[in-house]
Amino acid sequence: MLTQPATTQSLRTLVRSVPTVDEVAAKERVAALGKRSIKKESKLSALRMVISMMDLTTLEGKDTPGKVRQLCSKGMRPDPTRQDLPTVAAICVYPAHIATARAALGDSGVKVASVATYFPSGQVSLEVKVDDVREAVKAGADEIDMVIDRGAFLAGDYLKVFEEILAVRAACGDAHLKVILETGELGTLDNVRRASAIAMAGGAHFIKTSTGKVSPAATLPVTLVMLEAIREHHAATGEMIGMKPAGGIRTAKDSIKYLVLLSETLGSAWMSNEWFRFGASSLLNDVLMQIRWLETGRYQSPDYFTKD
Amino acid sequence: MTDHTIEKGIEWEYAPSVQGAEMVSIASTYGLFIDGAFVDPTDGEMFPTINPATEEQLSSVAAAGVADIDLAVKAARSAFENVWGPMKPAERAKYLYRIARLLQERAREFAILETLDGGKPIKESRDIDIPLVAAYFFYYAGWADKLDYAFPGIDPKPIGVAGQIIPWNFPMLMLAWKIAPALAAGNTVVLKPAETTPLTALLFAQLCAEAGLPDGVVNIVTGDGRTGAAIVEHPDIDKIAFTGSTGVGKAIRRAIAGTGKKLTLELGGKGAHIVFDDAPLDQAVEGVINGIFFNQGHVCCAGSRLLVQESIRDQLLDKLRSRLDTLRVGNPLDKNTDVGAINSAAQLQRIEALVASGRDAGVEMFQSSCDLPTKGFWYAPTVFTDVSQSHRIAQEEIFGPVLATMTFRTPDEAIEKANNTPYGLSAGVWTTKGSRILWMADRLRAGVVWANTFNKFDPTSPFGGYKESGFGREGGRHGLLPYLEGPWS
Amino acid sequence: MSRIDVRKTAKLYINGAFVRSESGRVYSVEHADGSAVVRVSQGSRKDLRDAVRGSRSAQTGWAERTGYNRGQILYRIAEIMEERRDTFVDRLLTGGMSDDAAEAELDASVDRLVWYAGWADKFAQVFGNLNPVAGPFFNISAPEPTGLVGVVLADASPLLGIVSRVAPIIVSGNTAVVVVGGPRPLASIALTEVLATADVPAGVVNIITGDAQELGPVLANHMDVNALDIVGVEPTLAAAMTRDAAENVKRVTVEAEPQFMDEAAQSPYIIAKFVETKTVWHPKGV
Repeated sequence: MLTQPATTQSLRTLVRSVPTVDEVAAKERVAALGKRSIKKESKLSALRMVISMMDLTTLEGKDTPGKVRQLCSKGMRPDPTRQDLPTVAAICVYPAHIATARAALGDSGVKVASVATYFPSGQVSLEVKVDDVREAVKAGADEIDMVIDRGAFLAGDYLKVFEEILAVRAACGDAHLKVILETGELGTLDNVRRASAIAMAGGAHFIKTSTGKVSPAATLPVTLVMLEAIREHHAATGEMIGMKPAGGIRTAKDSIKYLVLLSETLGSAWMSNEWFRFGASSLLNDVLMQIRWLETGRYQSPDYFTKD
Repeated sequence: MTDHTIEKGIEWEYAPSVQGAEMVSIASTYGLFIDGAFVDPTDGEMFPTINPATEEQLSSVAAAGVADIDLAVKAARSAFENVWGPMKPAERAKYLYRIARLLQERAREFAILETLDGGKPIKESRDIDIPLVAAYFFYYAGWADKLDYAFPGIDPKPIGVAGQIIPWNFPMLMLAWKIAPALAAGNTVVLKPAETTPLTALLFAQLCAEAGLPDGVVNIVTGDGRTGAAIVEHPDIDKIAFTGSTGVGKAIRRAIAGTGKKLTLELGGKGAHIVFDDAPLDQAVEGVINGIFFNQGHVCCAGSRLLVQESIRDQLLDKLRSRLDTLRVGNPLDKNTDVGAINSAAQLQRIEALVASGRDAGVEMFQSSCDLPTKGFWYAPTVFTDVSQSHRIAQEEIFGPVLATMTFRTPDEAIEKANNTPYGLSAGVWTTKGSRILWMADRLRAGVVWANTFNKFDPTSPFGGYKESGFGREGGRHGLLPYLEGPWS
Repeated sequence: MSRIDVRKTAKLYINGAFVRSESGRVYSVEHADGSAVVRVSQGSRKDLRDAVRGSRSAQTGWAERTGYNRGQILYRIAEIMEERRDTFVDRLLTGGMSDDAAEAELDASVDRLVWYAGWADKFAQVFGNLNPVAGPFFNISAPEPTGLVGVVLADASPLLGIVSRVAPIIVSGNTAVVVVGGPRPLASIALTEVLATADVPAGVVNIITGDAQELGPVLANHMDVNALDIVGVEPTLAAAMTRDAAENVKRVTVEAEPQFMDEAAQSPYIIAKFVETKTVWHPKGV
C-alpha cells in the first residue's frame, strides 16, 4: 500500500514489492485450468454468466448512432426469440455515442460504458484526459474505461501513471473506473503485475487488459496474473477489485476458460458482473449458438442469430 | 452503482465430467506373459486387483512363483541369444518405434486403465503418464542403432537378461523407464509390475504381441514381493533394476552381493522444496501444490518438505491454505479431479499413521475442506505447519498428500536443512535471483533440482538419486549405461 | 666404526597428519630379501573413524576447488613422485620387485597421475549433457563427486594400485579413506609423504595401513562413507562388505583381480563410477 502523498520513491517501492511472475509456470497453470471439462448444467450456467458479464463493444471510426442503437438493442435482448436470457452488462462506446446509447438503453439496467482519456493511445496531456472523462460522465456514462500511459510506465515514471489514474478517478465522480493496462504493450507478465498494482493503488474499480486495438489483447496468462494481483490486493486491503479481459475473446469455449480462471483464482465472490466483465464485440453470438446447441443437440448456423 | 465491498457472487459448480471406461475391456483373469504368450501360473495361484476408488475387484491376476520366473528367464535368455541380441540395431529400433506408435494410438485406453487400477486422476494419466510413456519409447528407439555414438571410445554391448521390478505409483511410466532403454541397448527383460497395479503392464504385454515383438524379449510376470524375490535370486539374470522403497532396495543389494549381478536402484525421497522471499510467489504456490499433491503424493521425488523463508512464511501459508481448498478430490475418472484415490488400504494406513505421529507431536496442520467419497481409499490434502527436523513427518517418506513445512532464514540454512536427510532424490528452489539458483543447485545433494518449476520429467533428462535414494540414472544418454557392458560396469 | 642408522616407524596418514595408530599396534614388514624389517603402524577402527571425520570435513572444500586447481595438484603429485623416483623404486625393490618391474611400476604410476590430472577439468564435459527436453526449459545434467569414498586395497600392486584407484576418485572432488593391506605397504607409505608436500589439502587422501580383513568391514559399515571401492579382496569378504554397504546404499565397485598395467585400468569411466549425475531444470521465459 502507498503512503500519501505518493512520491517517485513510494511508487518505486510499491513496484518493487510486487512479486515476480514466472512466465512458464503461469502458462502451465493456465493450460492446466484450460483443460477443465465444463459440461451440461455448469456449461449452461457459465454461458448465461458470460452474457451477463459482457461489455458489448463497438469502438470504430465508422461507428454511427444507428450502429450504436442496434448494438444496444442486441445487448438488451441478446436473442430476440427468447426472454429468459440475461441482458449484457454494458454497452461500451466512444464518448461521442454515450448519449445515443443512454437513450437507447433506457431503464433496461444495461450500463453505458465509455472509453475515455484519449483512447487507445493515451498520448495527450492529463488535462485533456480529465476533460475527456468529465465530458463522458456528464454525457451519462456509468463506467469509464481509461488507458494508462504505457510510455510513462515503460520509462519508469510510475508516479505519472499513478497520478493520472488518481486524477481520472476523481473526475469519474460516481462512475466506475476501469483502468486499461494495454498488456500487449507491456512486454512481460512482471510488468502486467506491476501495472495492476499501480492501477489498484490509484483507485481503479476494475483493471482491464486491453483496448482491443493492440495485439495480443486479452490472453489467459495475462488475465491469471491480473487476477492474482487482485487477490493480493484483497488480502492486503480487504478491498475487492473487478477484472475485465477485453479483446480477442471470440468463442464461448474461450470465455468459459476465463470463468474457470476466475473461479479458481478469486472464487465465487467474484462470479458476477459486478466484479467480472468481458470486453467483446463478436463473442455474444457464439455464446448464443452454444446455448442453443446445448438445448437442442444441434450444431448451429450463424444465419439463425441476429448480428446486432 | 455497486457497493464496493459487498461480496456477492454466483456459486458455480462443475458438473461431473466422467471419462467413460467402455473402451477398456478387462479380462476376468490374466495369466503370465512369458515367451510371447499368456500362460497360467505353474501352481495356479491368483490374486485380485481392485479399483482403489471403489474397492471393486477389476480382475484376478496370476502370482508368479519360482518355477514361473525360471520359465520367463529362460525365454528371455533364449530371445537374447537367438533373436534380440543378434538382431541388427536398426531393426530393434523399428520395433521400439512401433511400440511407441501403438502406445500413442491406444493412449486413451491405457490412461483409463491406469486410472481404474491405480486411482490416479484421469487428467494425469491422460496428459502426463501415457504421453510420457510413448515419448520414452520413442526416445530410446532412436538410440538403439546409435549406441556407438553414445559413449566416447567404447564399443558397447548389451548385458543380457534384465530383471525389472517396478512400483505402483506410475505403473506404465516406470515400465517405460525400465523396458525402453533395456531393449534399445539389446537386452531382454523380465518385468514385474506392482501387485496393486498389474493391469496396464498386462495390456502392454498384449501390445508387444500386437507389435510383433519377438517372443521372450519382454516377459511380464505379476505377483507380490515373493515374485520379486524370485527374480532377484534367479541365477541367470544379469542385471536387476528396481524402483521402490529404500528398505526393499537395500534388501536387494544384500541379496545379490557377490553374485556379479548388476544393479540400479531408484528408491525413496524426502525432497526439499525451498521458497525464497523473492520467489514468483503465486507460481511457487502452484509448484508446491504440484510438488506434493501430484499423484496423491505417491511420488518418490515429491517435494514433501516445504522450506519457506521465515519472512514470507505467513503469506505463503495463507496462499497455500486457500489453494488447498480449490483442489478437487474425488472420482479419478472425473476429468476435473485434481487428487485421486490413495493406491491401497495399506498405503492409506501408512499415511494415517505418519500424520498421527505429527499430530501426537503437537504439530499444527490444516487440511483441504473437500468431501471425501465413502467407498475407496482417500486422504484429504494435508499441510503441517512449523515442523521441526526432528519430527518423523520431516524425516520419513510419507508417500501421500502430506506436506511438512519448515522455515529457514538464510540460504546456508536452507541448504543445511535440505541436505539433512539420508535421501537425495529431488529438490526445488524458487527464487528470482539467477546466481542464487546456481549456488543452491551446486550445493543441494539431490539427483534432480527443479528451479522455479517442479515434477518435470522428460525422456532426454537423466533422473535418479544421491545417497539412500539409490544409484544409476534413468532417462537420457545416462539411462543407457545400466544396460550396457562397459568400463563403467 | 659404522654409524648407527636412524630407523623410522611408518605412521598412518590421517587428515594431513602422520599419526601412530590410536591402538598402539605396530606390525613388521620384512624386506623381500630379508635384509631388514620395517615397523609399520597398524590402523584400527578408531583410526578409520578419525580418517572419515577428517575426510568428510575436507570433501566440500575439495569439491569446490576448480577443476583446474585439482588438476594442478594431481600433476604436482606426479612431479614429486618423479623427483623421488629413487625412493619409490627402492621401496618397490624391498617389496620384492625386479629392477625393471619397479621402474615400470613407478613410470606407470607417474604417467597415470598425469593422465588423470588432465581429466580434472574435462570429465564433466564428457559425462555431462544439455538435455533437449520437450518444453521451455533449460535442462542440464552434470557429474558431481559422490562424496567420501572408502578404498580397500587388499594386496594390490604396491604403488600403481593405490595410484590407479585414488587418482580417479579424487580428481572429481571426492575424498578418499584408503585401507592398504597386504605385505607390501611401503610404497604407499612413501606416497603419503608425497601427498603431504604436494598441496593436497589435509583429509583429501587418508592412508591407513593394516589388515584389510579387519578394516574393510569397518569402512563398509560406516554410515558416513558414500562409496566403496573394493580392490583385490577375496570374494567372500568382498561380498560381505557389499552386503554391509547396503545399509546406507553405498555405491560399490569390486575389482577382484585388478590388472593395473592393462589399458583398461585407466579410463574416464573409472572417474564416472564415483560421481553422481545431477540434473537441473529451469524454465526459459521472460
